[in-house]
Amino acid sequence: MFTGASQFAFVSVIASGGSPWAGAATAALLGTRNALYGLRLGALLEVAGWRRAGAAQLVIDESTAMAIARDQPADSRLAFWATGLAVFGLWNLGTLIGALATHALPDPKVLGFDAAPPAAFLALLAPRLRAREPVAIALAAALVALVCLPFVPAGVPLLIVAVLVVLFGLRPQ
Amino acid sequence: MMWPALLVAAATCYAIKLAGLSLPQRLLQDPRLQRTVPLLPVALLAALIATQTFATGGRLVLDVRAAALAVAAVAVLLRAPFLVVVAAGAATAALLRLF
Repeated sequence: MFTGASQFAFVSVIASGGSPWAGAATAALLGTRNALYGLRLGALLEVAGWRRAGAAQLVIDESTAMAIARDQPADSRLAFWATGLAVFGLWNLGTLIGALATHALPDPKVLGFDAAPPAAFLALLAPRLRAREPVAIALAAALVALVCLPFVPAGVPLLIVAVLVVLFGLRPQ
Repeated sequence: MMWPALLVAAATCYAIKLAGLSLPQRLLQDPRLQRTVPLLPVALLAALIATQTFATGGRLVLDVRAAALAVAAVAVLLRAPFLVVVAAGAATAALLRLF
């Protein structure tokens, strides 16, 4: 799995006592935006066969943003591969270091590590809040999740929010 | 069930990306898809922030994590880089727990 928000979400759901399957569902739902990125990148990259299979793994927020910001298709392709490979290498190196170093750390709460994921999610969310509708959706989603939370298993509030927002998005105009 | 769930999640996340690159471009023209897909991360990230900040187990709680989130929000408004936002949130929680 190489798509940051999904990875964080999977870990968060499990860390809060949720079922691994609820974590998997949340991770997959957060990853759906990559399909839209792929649709936009398809025309730019013109990849097929094994190159498409490799390119697919590099379809993330960062590589898409860098690729669609170029004017020339050749520049777009360079931006996509350079950004995707650089982030892929460094991201997984950082993950490996984190996994190996975890034994050297004291209680994560002492270092405030339990407050780090919400801050990270906020940093990921902020660029998506440039209009009134997403702000309203974000506030409603937070409220719905908190209202459901005491009554359903951990991780399930996220799935309820996902169903509601899809119904809202697909509603007849 | 940890590893099966992780493998299924990883395979699904990859399949979603590959589907995006492989599906016909005309899907991009569907206005309902265009509307709905970008709303999912907004709603899920907001719900994650809320549940990770204001709950422990199955109970709603208000503790130092709320202050940490507020400090992180200020860092976001000041256009601080990602790692600075995360560090500001963690440091706030760690400092407040000292007192």
